[in-house]
Amino acid sequence: MIPEKQAETVWMSGNEAIALGAYEAGVKVASGYPGTPSTEIMEHLSEYDGVYTEWAPNEKVGLEVAIGASFGGVRAMATMKHVGLNVAADPLFTAAYTGGRGGLVVLTADDPDMHSSQNEQDSRNYAFAAKLPMLEPADPAEAKEFIKEAFELSEELDCPVLVRITTRIAHVKAVVTPGERLQPMVAPGLEKHPEKFVMLPAMARRRRLYVEERMTRCRQIAEDSGNNVIESGDAQRGFITGGVSYLYVKEAFPEASILKLGMVWPLPEQKIREFAGSVDELYVVEELDPFWEIHVKAMGISCHGKDVIPAIGELNTGVVKQSIDPARLRGESFSPEELPPRPPNMCPGCPHRGVFFTLSRLDVFISGDIGCYTLGFLPPLNALDSTVCMGASVPIAHGLEKALGADSNRKIVAVIGDSTFVHSGITGLINSVYNGSKGTLIILDNGTTAMTGQQPNPASGALISGEPAQSIDLEALCKALGVRHVSVINPHEVPESRKIIRAEIERDELSVIISQAPCVLLPELKYQKPITYFTNIDNCVGCTSCIRIGCPAISWTPFAKGEAEARGYKKSQKGYSQIDEVLCNDCGQCASLCKFGAITPRDINS
Amino acid sequence: MSETTNILFSGVGGQGILLASELTATALLAAGFDVKKSEVHGMAQRGGSVTAQLRYGSRVYSPLIEPGGADIQMAFEMLEAVRYLPYLHAGSTVLVNTQRILPPSVATGRADYPEQVLDRLRQRNIKVIEVDAFAIAKQSGEVRTANVALVGALSVHLPVEEKMLEALIEERVPPRFYEQNLFSFRAGRQAGNG
Ligand SMILES: Cc1ncc(C[n+]2csc(CCOP(=O)(O)OP(=O)(O)O)c2C)c(N)n1
Ligand code: SF4
Repeated sequence: MIPEKQAETVWMSGNEAIALGAYEAGVKVASGYPGTPSTEIMEHLSEYDGVYTEWAPNEKVGLEVAIGASFGGVRAMATMKHVGLNVAADPLFTAAYTGGRGGLVVLTADDPDMHSSQNEQDSRNYAFAAKLPMLEPADPAEAKEFIKEAFELSEELDCPVLVRITTRIAHVKAVVTPGERLQPMVAPGLEKHPEKFVMLPAMARRRRLYVEERMTRCRQIAEDSGNNVIESGDAQRGFITGGVSYLYVKEAFPEASILKLGMVWPLPEQKIREFAGSVDELYVVEELDPFWEIHVKAMGISCHGKDVIPAIGELNTGVVKQSIDPARLRGESFSPEELPPRPPNMCPGCPHRGVFFTLSRLDVFISGDIGCYTLGFLPPLNALDSTVCMGASVPIAHGLEKALGADSNRKIVAVIGDSTFVHSGITGLINSVYNGSKGTLIILDNGTTAMTGQQPNPASGALISGEPAQSIDLEALCKALGVRHVSVINPHEVPESRKIIRAEIERDELSVIISQAPCVLLPELKYQKPITYFTNIDNCVGCTSCIRIGCPAISWTPFAKGEAEARGYKKSQKGYSQIDEVLCNDCGQCASLCKFGAITPRDINS
Repeated sequence: MSETTNILFSGVGGQGILLASELTATALLAAGFDVKKSEVHGMAQRGGSVTAQLRYGSRVYSPLIEPGGADIQMAFEMLEAVRYLPYLHAGSTVLVNTQRILPPSVATGRADYPEQVLDRLRQRNIKVIEVDAFAIAKQSGEVRTANVALVGALSVHLPVEEKMLEALIEERVPPRFYEQNLFSFRAGRQAGNG
């Protein structure tokens, strides 16, 4: 896909704009790991010619690949969500010393309000801690331009440049103007620069000095940067703001003076002093941490910040008005009504459901992980007792076991998805083998990274392009690590897999169960629906076995008073179950549980 | 400051809100407006309650609608029409698909689907226009065109050309389903007048 060469505007998401910006900047190599809200960047970038893209097993590997490409003299990018930057922090902090040759951009997507994340984290702190420049756009059009500038800045300053976005940049669509793809300035090739590529203490100490020198230069760049602009207005209130918060301020206080910071770090101190001196009252409006506020205050400038603006969750125009000048709000607003909640749920036909149904009936602590299967926590399954970060399920189970000794025997199960296992579960399992764990690990292998939208991973047999790839044999891998008991189950056969899960938990040795069945949203399966299940109401005795698995396609219809008898059912029967044939994805888990033959498949083509 | 109009789409993950809001936005862009749309991906899409926020005007800054700021809500399900009440104001118009999709607590018999739930909007001086998009879609011969029927209903309330939207639909849907989509769109327009 090559954008047509014209000044015509295109309406696109921030993530599409970032991919386009990287393409226009001449990026050659990009690696990343999926994570909402960053995922679509790599997916879009993979559609451009002349760019090598890949899904790495985790963010640390992704960044290291990009560092290698930069060493080779090409422009390179790594993409990740905010928590991914924690995983990639190790290479990041030393790449800040090595720099590279080709421009290196590290894109991190924060998720204020945790729409799809396990914590709320402000990645701007990494710019300060790793001593790196960081840019943050306010909308998709800026996102595209900032990515291009980040590559230039990276080459000019010989360091990785961080670009931070948030959900309201990534998943906002707005008007963007495509440009031309640039020709690279640096020549690719294998060059050796041990003084900066080999970070032994002696060399690192010298580079440490360079890092300070570079940040001093970068501070001057921040002063002169067209991305840090003063919009003069009414001097009564002045706002220092940036990212999407700028747009909220602009809408809440259209008349005010604004210093918009497109470069998050380092700060243009002179400009800030000049601006602070020109307004009566200064406000720093930023989402999440008081990052700028702390630095502005450290400069000896007094300002309002988190004393009025919430540090938790997303901002919006209403919150900004409410915090600073509630009189500007749009009058009275309605309070929410009490309604039955509608939380997300695993899809009808999801292979994870059968496993969690079994676990929900056992008296065990379920050490969970992150993915679609985390939804096993919700009623009616309620089958997940901890979730911390990717890969943590296995070591947490091990830690519990070591803490409780024999009391915990046969009482702890860890569950992890295939993508998460490859991301950071393998090292945990090595620890369990090495240090003599006796628990059971269930790997939920649905052949994909489902939570973030079905990206292939090293265990799914396909590349980001969809081309076939070598696939990790999970069973052989676990055996090679030293796990002596590895079994494979089909989660749709609920009673059969229940037997195996029970037996393995009972075993006094470490075991792994691989639950294998594809995610129903995989494109290969999504549009194939040869059969559907339906309830033969005459046979339904209202035992609710099938209702208890919590499938969205199955619902309960209660009988009105006297209806059971009138329709020829037992007087005590309270109702019957029904399957929505449009929603059903023919997994058959409910049928495998029904002892009365009330659920049967039907070929919808006949 | 220029006037910005705010449209809130609400429904259940998987109902086709993305396509509907996309068609609407594209038509508004073609009509010469600045348009911004905000949506949430990931966890929220797994059958849970979802929204998309669309804003248009001569120059749109914020991608989000502020509380009380939605002028029109296009609700794909009845409970989801009421769930986002804090976004509405007296005088807002709510177009609602009269479909019921049972939330888990109702489907498993632990709670009841509230009766006459749309009255909670009417009581607050919110104009409610009911659209039986499922019936329209069934009539069209393709049940998956319900979201296009809703685009039709919504379009009556927007400064966009009918012909423009029809051309967009032709561009976006598979050719073999074009006729059914066109039928649903037109029937939706009729229903949208309320
Ligand atoms: C460090 C980190 N990177 C990325 C994510 C985003 N994320 C959450 S779950 C998940 C993958 C889930 O895939 P898998 O383990 O195969 O489970 P599935 O969703 O397929 O059931 C990802 C990428 C995260 N939470 N943390
Ligand atoms: S997307 Fe796949 S893995 Fe996730 S809930 Fe649906 S079927 Fe299960």
